[in-house]
Amino acid sequence: MTAHSAWRASFLPILALVWLEWYARSPGAGSDSIATVSASAAALWQSAVDGTLIAATMFTLAAAASGLALGGLAGVLLGIAIGLSSRASDASSLAIELLRPLPSIALVPFATLIFGFGLSMEIAVVAFATFWPILVLARSAVRQVDGRLQEVARALRFSFLRTVVKFILPSIVPRLFVAIRVGAGLALVVAVTVEVVGNTRGLGYGLVMSQQNLQPALMLGWLAWVGMLGYLVNEILSAVERGAVRRFTGAVK
Amino acid sequence: MKRTRLDSLEKNASGLAVVASIVVLWWFASHFEWVSRVFLPTPEAAGLALYKGLVTGELAQQTWQTTLRMIQGWLLACLAGIFIGAVIGVSAVATAWIKPTLELLRPLPASAVLPLAIAVLGLGPNMVLGVVAFGALWPVLLATVHGFSTVEPRLNEVARCMRLSRSAFIVKIGIPNAMPDILSGMRVSLTIALIVAIVGEMIAAQEGLGRAILMAARSFQAADIFAGLILLGLLGFASNSLLVLSERRALRWQEGH
Repeated sequence: MTAHSAWRASFLPILALVWLEWYARSPGAGSDSIATVSASAAALWQSAVDGTLIAATMFTLAAAASGLALGGLAGVLLGIAIGLSSRASDASSLAIELLRPLPSIALVPFATLIFGFGLSMEIAVVAFATFWPILVLARSAVRQVDGRLQEVARALRFSFLRTVVKFILPSIVPRLFVAIRVGAGLALVVAVTVEVVGNTRGLGYGLVMSQQNLQPALMLGWLAWVGMLGYLVNEILSAVERGAVRRFTGAVK
Repeated sequence: MKRTRLDSLEKNASGLAVVASIVVLWWFASHFEWVSRVFLPTPEAAGLALYKGLVTGELAQQTWQTTLRMIQGWLLACLAGIFIGAVIGVSAVATAWIKPTLELLRPLPASAVLPLAIAVLGLGPNMVLGVVAFGALWPVLLATVHGFSTVEPRLNEVARCMRLSRSAFIVKIGIPNAMPDILSGMRVSLTIALIVAIVGEMIAAQEGLGRAILMAARSFQAADIFAGLILLGLLGFASNSLLVLSERRALRWQEGH
């Protein structure tokens, strides 16, 4: 990125920050809903030093990662199983289309009833949310594997398991990475949302609490932190995906 | 022709069979208490709660409120998204100045913005509507930008030869060309609008299915929770299917290409 384009890219965000600093100093001074940029940064730093930010971040990331692992694994396995047979794909599609649009966040009250507040409830909701898109992507990845590979496997008298491990899995790896990236972005959003709606730990809960305790500086600081975290996770996953796709498509073709 | 009809009949039948066996599994799980009855109601109980809620009009009213909130927020998001997306899409200057900021804002979960919106706008229906629109904005907006970026270069030349103004270019060439992208973005946006609408109802205590489910859980009415979940699932399914159908209709003119 050249200096010129970097300047153009950062112009609007800087303008917004300067405006916020000015607004919170003069017309909105002493407000319970808005704070200056400098105060927000200080509050964010303070919470990082006293450990609350780190604890909340770890909780949110742990819930998102465990939920993704659970929902993703189930989705990939079932997706592959269904995708291997066109009959199974046809038969299951109505059930999937009926269950998939259910907004996962509506399950929070139900999951709280079962698990109570805490990590397991959040993991369950994240797992449900990530399960469906990954299932559908894994299924269509398997459906698109070249049919001739299956014929080769038959000619070589490969067992079912061997066909899956030797032929199907390697050919769907790039698409699985796409599925996992989609799932990971979703997992973080759902985890934060669960905390906003009804959990008693994590970044989302911290946001709601700082608003209710009329600490706008802390709220804005954490909001910025959540944004940065989302951006960072997205960037890391894209990089991993690009690397993996380059490696595997080279190996398969 | 006959053959394909038979195939699709078989497909529908097997699909229904799978759905039916899931319900049967549910029936067994609840009747034999594999899962405690406190959490998992029997299908009959859930059906009864659904029927009662619809007959008394309470659930019907809440479903209507949620539907309205979802559609209003979604329409706002679509209007704003297509407009901003078109402005960015036709102008390289706007792309360079605005797009990085949008990329920065996009990963921000709409639910994380809720506390800020509550602090600034208060606990009202308009605040929820605003957050729904904010959350649903990104897919339409990015799809529009993407659709504009794939305009055939020769069409750009045609537009120059005809001395089309920028707004005429957007209306006559850009938007029709970006239509497939915009429509699929709109579909994703609708899903998000429903989610954010429910979150808003739960947090800001606005009338709707989100609050109904929360209230049912607080009073341990598992059957009522399931009735709400079934309605939400149907709402999501119906709105998505409607959009898929209209997408096919709207894009029929492109089939020849």
